Order: sequence, then C-alpha cells, then structure tokens
Amino acid sequence: MELIAFFVLALLLIASAIVVITNRNPVSAAVALAFNLVSIAGLYMVLDAQFIGLLQVIVYAGAIMVLILFVIMLLNLREEVKAHPAGTFQRVLAPVTALLFAVVIGRAVWLTAPSTFPEKTEGFGTAASLGKELFTRFYYPFEAISLLLVVAMIGAVLLAKRKLS
Amino acid sequence: MIVDIAIIAAKAFLVVFMVLNLAGVLGWVERKGSALIQDRIGANRASIFGFAGLGLVNTLIADPLKFLTKEDFIPPAGDKFLHTLAPCMALFPALVTFAVIPFGDVLTWGDRVINLQVANLNIGILYVFAMGSLGVYGIVIGAWASNNKFSLLGGVRGSAQMISYEVAMGLSVIGILMVYGTLELQEIARGQGTLIGEFLPESWRFSKAAIGWLPAWGIFLQPLAFLLFFTAAVAETKRVPFDLPEGESEIVAGYHVEYSGGKFLMFFAGEFAEIVTAAALMTTLFLGGWQLGLPARWLPEPGWLLWGAQIAAFVLKMAFFQFLFVWVRWTLPRFRYDQLMNLGWKGLLPLSLANLAVTAILVVYGVVGH
Repeated sequence: MELIAFFVLALLLIASAIVVITNRNPVSAAVALAFNLVSIAGLYMVLDAQFIGLLQVIVYAGAIMVLILFVIMLLNLREEVKAHPAGTFQRVLAPVTALLFAVVIGRAVWLTAPSTFPEKTEGFGTAASLGKELFTRFYYPFEAISLLLVVAMIGAVLLAKRKLS
Repeated sequence: MIVDIAIIAAKAFLVVFMVLNLAGVLGWVERKGSALIQDRIGANRASIFGFAGLGLVNTLIADPLKFLTKEDFIPPAGDKFLHTLAPCMALFPALVTFAVIPFGDVLTWGDRVINLQVANLNIGILYVFAMGSLGVYGIVIGAWASNNKFSLLGGVRGSAQMISYEVAMGLSVIGILMVYGTLELQEIARGQGTLIGEFLPESWRFSKAAIGWLPAWGIFLQPLAFLLFFTAAVAETKRVPFDLPEGESEIVAGYHVEYSGGKFLMFFAGEFAEIVTAAALMTTLFLGGWQLGLPARWLPEPGWLLWGAQIAAFVLKMAFFQFLFVWVRWTLPRFRYDQLMNLGWKGLLPLSLANLAVTAILVVYGVVGH
C-alpha cells in the first residue's frame, strides 16, 4: 500500500518537475511547481510525518508559490514565452553540471542504499513530538532561526518603506 | 471488513453530497435573504405550477439547467488548459476540507464504533488551513488564463487579500488550540462539553455565579478570537464587504469575468461550499461543535436520541452561521482596497497577536485550558 502510494507520488513528482523545466510559459511552470511541492507533501505523509507534510502544503504551496505567481502575473512576462536560443557557454556548462549532479546523487544513493529507516518512535510525526524536540534538544538553533526570520522581516519592511528618490 | 469500508465510503459520500447540496440551497437562501433585508419579495419566479418548494425547484432544476445549457466560452487568446483547470482548483479545496470536521460524537452500532468524522487526523486544523491555502490557486490561475485585464486585476487582488487574511485567521485560531490543548477537531469539540463553572478556580465565587452556567464553548472563552476569525473567514470566502476580487463596479466581475456556463457554476458553487465549510469550522471551533451545551446530568443516555440531537444541534448551528454570512453580505457596503489591507495587517493581525499573548498568560496561570 505504502509502496504504491510512493510510486504514484514519485511519478507525479518527476512528471511535474519535467513540466517545470520544459514549459516555456512561466505561469504554467509555476503551477507545475506548486503541484510538485504538494506531491512532496504527499511523500512526507507516506513517511508518517503528517505535520511536516501539511506544513509543506501551507508554507510552500499555499504561501510562497502564490507569491511567486503573484509576481509573475504583475510583471506580465510575455517575452519569456518566446524561445531564447541558448548560448555556447550554456551549451557547454549544462551537460557538465548535469553530470556533476548525477555523480553527487549517485554517490549518496550508493552510500545509503543498504541502510534502512530507524525504528519509528511513539508519537512520531505529530505536532507534539516535533514541538518537544524543537523546544528541548534543538532550542538554540530554533531560537537562532527565529531571530534570522525577524531580521529578514525587518529588512523587507525597511526596503519597502524607503522612498524612491 | 467490507462493512467498515462501506461505512467510510458512506460517510465520505454523505459529506460531499451534503456540502454540495447545502451550497446549492445557499444560493437560493442568499436571494431570499437579500429580498428579506431589502424589504421586497424575491426569488419567487422558479416554480412548478405555483410550487416553489423552499428553493428546491431553483436549486435542483432551474439553476443547473440554466448554467449547464449556456455556451462554455474559452477566450481564444487565453490558456485553454489552465482556463479549464482553474474552476476545478477553486471547487476542490472547498469540498475536501469538510472531511476533518466532526458532525457528531462517536456512536456505537452493534459492536462497531463509528466516529462521525470522515478523517480523524491528529492535526485536523492544519489540514483545514492547508486546503484553505490552496483555494487561492483557482482564482489566480483562472484570472491569468482568461487573458483579460479586469480578470487579471481581480486575480492579483484576490491573491493578496487571501494571503493577508490567512495570517490573521491562523493566528486567531492558535488561542483556541491553546485553550483546548489539541489540534484535533473532534477533541476540540469534545473539550467544549463542560460548563465554564466546572473549571474556574474555587475562589472565583463571583465569576462562577456570573458566567459559570455558560457552556465552555470557544465563543465564550475566546470572544476576540471569534470576531477575528469570523472577519477573516468572510474575507477568505471573498464576500461583501471583502469582495474586491470581484468588485463589479470597478473590474466588471473580476477573476471570473471570462467564465460562463458550467465553469462559472463551479466558481459559484465553490464560493458557497466555502461558506458551508467555514460555517462548519466556526461551529466546531467556537460554538461547541455537536455539543448541546447542557450540563452532562441533563443529557439522555448515549443512544440514538442523544446522537440524533447532537447532529441536529450541529446542523442548526451551521445553518445559523450560514445565515450570518448572508446577513453580513446584504448589510455592509464594500471596502476600499487600502482599507482592506489596513484592516488585515494593522487591525486584525496586532489584535490576534494580543489575544495570543493574553491567552498564553491565562493558560500558564491555569485559569483556562486543559
């Protein structure tokens, strides 16, 4: 059952990722990316991490992608729909990057392939267990990240408030 | 095994069936409500030999026939695929959100225990917000795919509005989650089964006498959160006074200006399904869900009588909220866009944060909460 769900989700994930890359229309690509992010949320659910899965939907699909779509629509990118011929630089660099990426991913799969998942602990994936971990074991990193977010927010507000002179 | 699957399938079917039908009837209630509020006779044309049947003729025959027989027009310069996808994406979240809302207590039938809730997720409320946050795609994509200035403006307005009010909505609910100590909607409904007097400290004699007889519903424990949540819910369903994305006096019909026939019906039904879901959610969070609001000793023994009364109580409370939506719609004028943004970010957001801080203090000192 879980295996079937995994393969269906993985198929959706790869298919939507291919659409993101190949589609020239920025809005279609953004919609496909949203689809991709929801599929990843589905994968989290299969791994019993329901809380993370729903946060993935709320934060990425529900907020960040909507903002990206918003900006694309405001800019009204008509030029991007037309084909842009790739330069020589891009032509040479693209296969090299792809090869490098394949090596990294292949190495990671090779190293972790025989290992299995650790035993599921009681209450795994619930908001309560995640909260307990965040506020005890990972307290300082958690606070550091929240500080970082506040700084980013203040920066954004300052940038938006600055008068265009 | 087969019976268990049948029960789950029946619950799922019942919920989708009920949401869609309530959405249809609500379309008629809205017209009747407008007539009532504007002191005229309204929505009395659709009848069979003079029989109007409480809007059933309207919702079952006249509306679908009219919508489904109209030409389905797709703008030639628009995106055909996305133009068709958008109404589906607008309707889908509104239909699936109801899955986590409990419409009754756990009932026992023979040796089977049936939870009157389609999906008992331990993070039910987050599921509601996840689906709610996907609702904006229908508007944005539909607006863009129509290739029309007015619909694009409507879509841009809609996405900014929904993201802004989602923040206040989420923050106002956290107070409720703190008081009842759970993310599970069935548990929240169960937590509202006591009276306020039962958990106030013994020394608070006066408060106990004054408000102790009230049921421990969210609206009494978190009144500010209720106001904030209701306001945000009206904004999320894009209804007057927050119907800027449609704003027909400025941008014709906003994001669905290029939609006709069945696809327009899907947007239309999606809006009403959202109202049904929002009403059910507010009932669960703030009005005790399926609780009757009576002290436990007055209730009959668990049995079909009690379960039936609880389901009836849930439906009645939901109907009240649905009427409240219609009432607000025909009473208030539309906001200006800057007023909308100011209310969301400078009004609702600070208030919900303040509510959160006060609730946190009260929970820590054990005045409310479990």
